[in-house]
Amino acid sequence: MDVIDRPLYELARLLESGEVSAEELAVEFLSRIDKVDGIVGAFVTVDREGTLSGARMADKARRAGEAPSHLAGIPIAVKDNMCTRGIETTCSSKMLRGFVPPYDAHVVERVKAAGMLVIGKTNLDEFAMGSSTENSALRVTRNPWNLQRVPGGSSGGSAAAVAASEAPAALGSDTGGSVRVPASYCGIVGMKPTYGLVSRYGVVAYASSLDQVGPLAANVRDCAIMLRVIAGHDPRDSMSIDAEIPDYEAQLGRDIAGKVIGLPKEYFAEGIEPGVRDAVLEAAKQLSKLGVEVEEVSLPTVEYALAAYYIIASSEASSNLARFDGVRYGHRAEGAVDSVSMFMKTRAEGFGPEVKRRIMMGTYSLSAGYYDAYYKKASQVRSTLKSDFDRVFERCDALLTPTAPTTAFPIGERIDDPMSMYMSDVCTVTANLAGIPGISLPCGWQDGLPIGMQLLGKRFSEATLLQLAYAYEQAAGYPSRKAPVTKDRGCCSCH
Amino acid sequence: MELTPDDVKRVAELARIELTEDETRAFVKDLNDILRYVNRLQQVDTEGVEPAYHVVPLENVMREDCVTPSLPVDEALDGTTGRSGDYFKVPRILDVD
Repeated sequence: MDVIDRPLYELARLLESGEVSAEELAVEFLSRIDKVDGIVGAFVTVDREGTLSGARMADKARRAGEAPSHLAGIPIAVKDNMCTRGIETTCSSKMLRGFVPPYDAHVVERVKAAGMLVIGKTNLDEFAMGSSTENSALRVTRNPWNLQRVPGGSSGGSAAAVAASEAPAALGSDTGGSVRVPASYCGIVGMKPTYGLVSRYGVVAYASSLDQVGPLAANVRDCAIMLRVIAGHDPRDSMSIDAEIPDYEAQLGRDIAGKVIGLPKEYFAEGIEPGVRDAVLEAAKQLSKLGVEVEEVSLPTVEYALAAYYIIASSEASSNLARFDGVRYGHRAEGAVDSVSMFMKTRAEGFGPEVKRRIMMGTYSLSAGYYDAYYKKASQVRSTLKSDFDRVFERCDALLTPTAPTTAFPIGERIDDPMSMYMSDVCTVTANLAGIPGISLPCGWQDGLPIGMQLLGKRFSEATLLQLAYAYEQAAGYPSRKAPVTKDRGCCSCH
Repeated sequence: MELTPDDVKRVAELARIELTEDETRAFVKDLNDILRYVNRLQQVDTEGVEPAYHVVPLENVMREDCVTPSLPVDEALDGTTGRSGDYFKVPRILDVD
């Protein structure tokens, strides 16, 4: 049975009805990875044995009527900055090559508690710092829709794995757009939850007030399913919210007529490619046809969001990455005569250039004499941005924007110009700064590359965002579609 | 405010990252490019605005002070290349001269 292109919700149904076994799924997806990952480069580690034995166990449990959930036996991919007990976790950095965590991240615990399997760990920009996955120290990940283009970042491996049918869904992390931008470039659905909805325990920290784990999937329903798997209170994340998690999937299909969607004019200004802007405005028209009221709004602080983001994120990163000193885990430089020079050499050898750049930027912003002008100022601007959002959400149920200013750019095009790379995140950083949820989904094509639209909502409005996204997806006809990658899967340009 | 190579060296020292001369030169340029961009924040009127260090209305999340199982010593020491008994062994910390 051709299972690799099926939505995750359909795989669950086939497993429950006994039409397919988890072992068959495991074999099919592992076979697909063997076939295409040499080209796509989504995975850092593939856990063949663990997936096959886990699949057999899931089949056995299901036969005995003891499956932990209807999702048991479905394999998913996990970004390699999330700890997986017994499986190497590298953050795509030389600093952690060979590091095997002694524990699972909370989100991995929840995936396993549902009986799902971690088929492998996916490539990322080193320590989640980047917008294209080109900062990985380990390998190149290519966009399955055009192999000369980036998959986006930093969760490029997760997005590419889903788009290339190597896994039906994946987990990524989003600090400034790192789930949503790759979802946009790879033509799939990706969501960043409200800050605090999903536990960060076991996720290697980049910027603690911004990081969130989010699902990547081929359609909105699958995204809703995965969000419910990973969301929920965890006392080990001190910012984890203790609130009831809705059944997001069950709430899809609710009527959206009468909802108000704002188009913030600052997101449609210069700097957004015309083809992208037009596709998102066309999506707005589709939503109007479904009874949604669309109106223009303004978020004046958006112009300063990227600047605030880079100061805050790099400042927090400089603190979080101080733990990589060669003492307890990871790379340790050899031949140092004292500990300080051991730290200095370890970090010189273990970190790539972008990581060093951000650590230094953050160290500078927090240093004596500069703290007020940079970190404190950026945090005040963050406060102002949050007020802008609070104000528009009094009237709007959601906001609609492009996910990124462009479609996927060529590999190598921006890597030597940090500021041009940072600009990829200009539409997405606002949600992390304000702590609000955002979802990206496909809304068109340009020259064979997917275009993504983003819906933003107030804190804990994931159910509303998913309903709006679902209604648009069902009505506007950008159904779950996967990249062929290799020629013998049929034509490469059928869209 | 333009960074000089000495500024970059000082920051690298604080960040405990050893840089080559080439890297120092490259970072002077990169960091100045970034600073030139982020300096636009000075245009925002933030008079009287409380900084938002966090966006979640949580404060001082505490737990009961009771002992729960910790990571076993062997697992905790498993990742280092410098194990000595139950300790992490590192090069000397204090100056000897």
